[in-house]
Amino acid sequence: MTIDKHTQFTQNDFGGSINTDEILDTFEFLEDWEERYAYIIDLGKKLPEFPESEKVEANYVHGCQSQVWLIHYLDKASGKLYLLIDSDALIVRGLAAIVLAAMNAKSPNELLAVNVEEIFEKMDLIRHVSATRGNGLRSMVKKVQVIAEQLI
Amino acid sequence: MNQQAVESNNDSKMTFDIKAVRKSFPILDQNVNGKPLIYLDNAASAQKPDTVIQSISDYYCHDNSNVHRGAHTLGDRATAAFEGARETVRRFINAASTKEIIWTGGTTEAINLVASGLTASLKADDEIIVSRMEHHANIVPWQMLAERTGAILKVIEINEAGELQEGAFDKLLTERTKIVAVTQVSNVLGTINPVKEIIDKAKAAGAITLIDGAQAVPHFLVDVQALDCDYFVFSSHKLFGPTGIGVLYGKEDRLNALPPYQGGGEMIERVTFEKTTYNELPYKFEAGTPPISEAIGLAKAIDYFTVFDRQSIELHENNLLNYANSMVSDVPGMRIIGTAASKVPVMSFMIDGLHPSDIGTLLDQQGIAIRTGHHCAMPLMDFYGLPGTARASFAFYNTQSEVEKLFECLQKIQRLFT
Ligand SMILES: Cc1ncc(COP(=O)(O)O)c(C=O)c1O
Repeated sequence: MTIDKHTQFTQNDFGGSINTDEILDTFEFLEDWEERYAYIIDLGKKLPEFPESEKVEANYVHGCQSQVWLIHYLDKASGKLYLLIDSDALIVRGLAAIVLAAMNAKSPNELLAVNVEEIFEKMDLIRHVSATRGNGLRSMVKKVQVIAEQLI
Repeated sequence: MNQQAVESNNDSKMTFDIKAVRKSFPILDQNVNGKPLIYLDNAASAQKPDTVIQSISDYYCHDNSNVHRGAHTLGDRATAAFEGARETVRRFINAASTKEIIWTGGTTEAINLVASGLTASLKADDEIIVSRMEHHANIVPWQMLAERTGAILKVIEINEAGELQEGAFDKLLTERTKIVAVTQVSNVLGTINPVKEIIDKAKAAGAITLIDGAQAVPHFLVDVQALDCDYFVFSSHKLFGPTGIGVLYGKEDRLNALPPYQGGGEMIERVTFEKTTYNELPYKFEAGTPPISEAIGLAKAIDYFTVFDRQSIELHENNLLNYANSMVSDVPGMRIIGTAASKVPVMSFMIDGLHPSDIGTLLDQQGIAIRTGHHCAMPLMDFYGLPGTARASFAFYNTQSEVEKLFECLQKIQRLFT
């Protein structure tokens, strides 16, 4: 069971080869909103599979217009925190992928040092993090941070 | 009033020239995300003509003062404008008297005022009827009333098209029915409900009727005496007026029977520590300093669009909706939620493979403002089994070319992102 869970959470490239620097580099060369959103949506398509059985109230991220689920797993051996996120909205999945690239596979302390707002600012996507938006990126990030704080 | 906007018509009303009308709405003339703004979120809040904006500025520049104090000239001017606004609203919905026009913070507060006031009139097992398509503002206050009194909430169900089910209301209506509160127009579906019929039947059964007119008044004329409802409520901000004010219309005898909502200044006749007597209508329900500039702005909004020939506005809006409907099949996977025979120009829709929030974000990138989500009508979303919808809602200042642009953009989104 633990082996399964370990595999489920760790067999992906988020926080590894899919990381913030790489995303920012690519993003810089995208010319218009069509390309930018196509890229964001494509990133979302790379999200690791989220187990259907975990789509329950306890894992639901509230405050989102779309449905968002988030689960985590702390790998005791490495001390790294792994996350899985899913949403029924394409753009939110993409934004979740950007969050994962920045926060996945880090120790809770490293994770808390990540400034997600700054990343979204650089990508000119800051509106998505603002409190007024119902897509809940903010709630998503907050939830990750709370999880990390509790693990310290 | 923008003079080029109007030309005389036989019956002294003006046919409207859409170009000139748009010039009266300064906010429409801007780029959003590098594209000309196309504002299709009118059901959430409509834009304000320059006369409304100017009237609020004029009020604060020249007349600002508290009302009903009578000590000086500014106060007299403010009071005259404020009470004049009440008369404008009275005329607009054809109420019998300005005593029947109560200023509230909006539709929501108006419904809460009535629901709160009816507490002592209800007992356990009395019934309150609402419909499946109500805005939360016309559900929750009644639920709270039901909780306070032990009354029971009953729901008129709808069909797939988004119309009240034939005969459903008749089955619910009994001698236990004390209140019937339904919306005249659905904010999600655009459905126009046969409220006259509902009111007549409710009245025959001895029930009190409240009509939520928030989405009706921006689209067609309402005559509360012809409807014969006990209460009718709407918000200024959806009617091209300022935020922060709305209207509770109530029949005079009903309002007289209703206890005050809030206590304070204005609403009293005489206060002693032993006993307070209340002011007469409408002031009994207007505790504290009222929204003065807002009332004046709302009256200007009503003045603005009642100048136009109503039929030409309705025709224009109908054309917008028909035009939109005719293009739905050009967007693969697009379907309309709410296909009632009788509708205002409100179009809720889904596109296969896209979440409503995706559609909203991607349209925003192209300067198009729509609303996405549950639209404060979760029971209705449950009926359709949807997490929410995308909703384009049109006003008379929207154009055919804006509708065209919307569909161009929807096609593009569908092509690029699904
Ligand atoms: C049908 C309906 N009722 C009530 C309301 C609530 O109006 P307000 O928020 O102005 O009080 C709305 C607004 O969205 C509405 O569309």
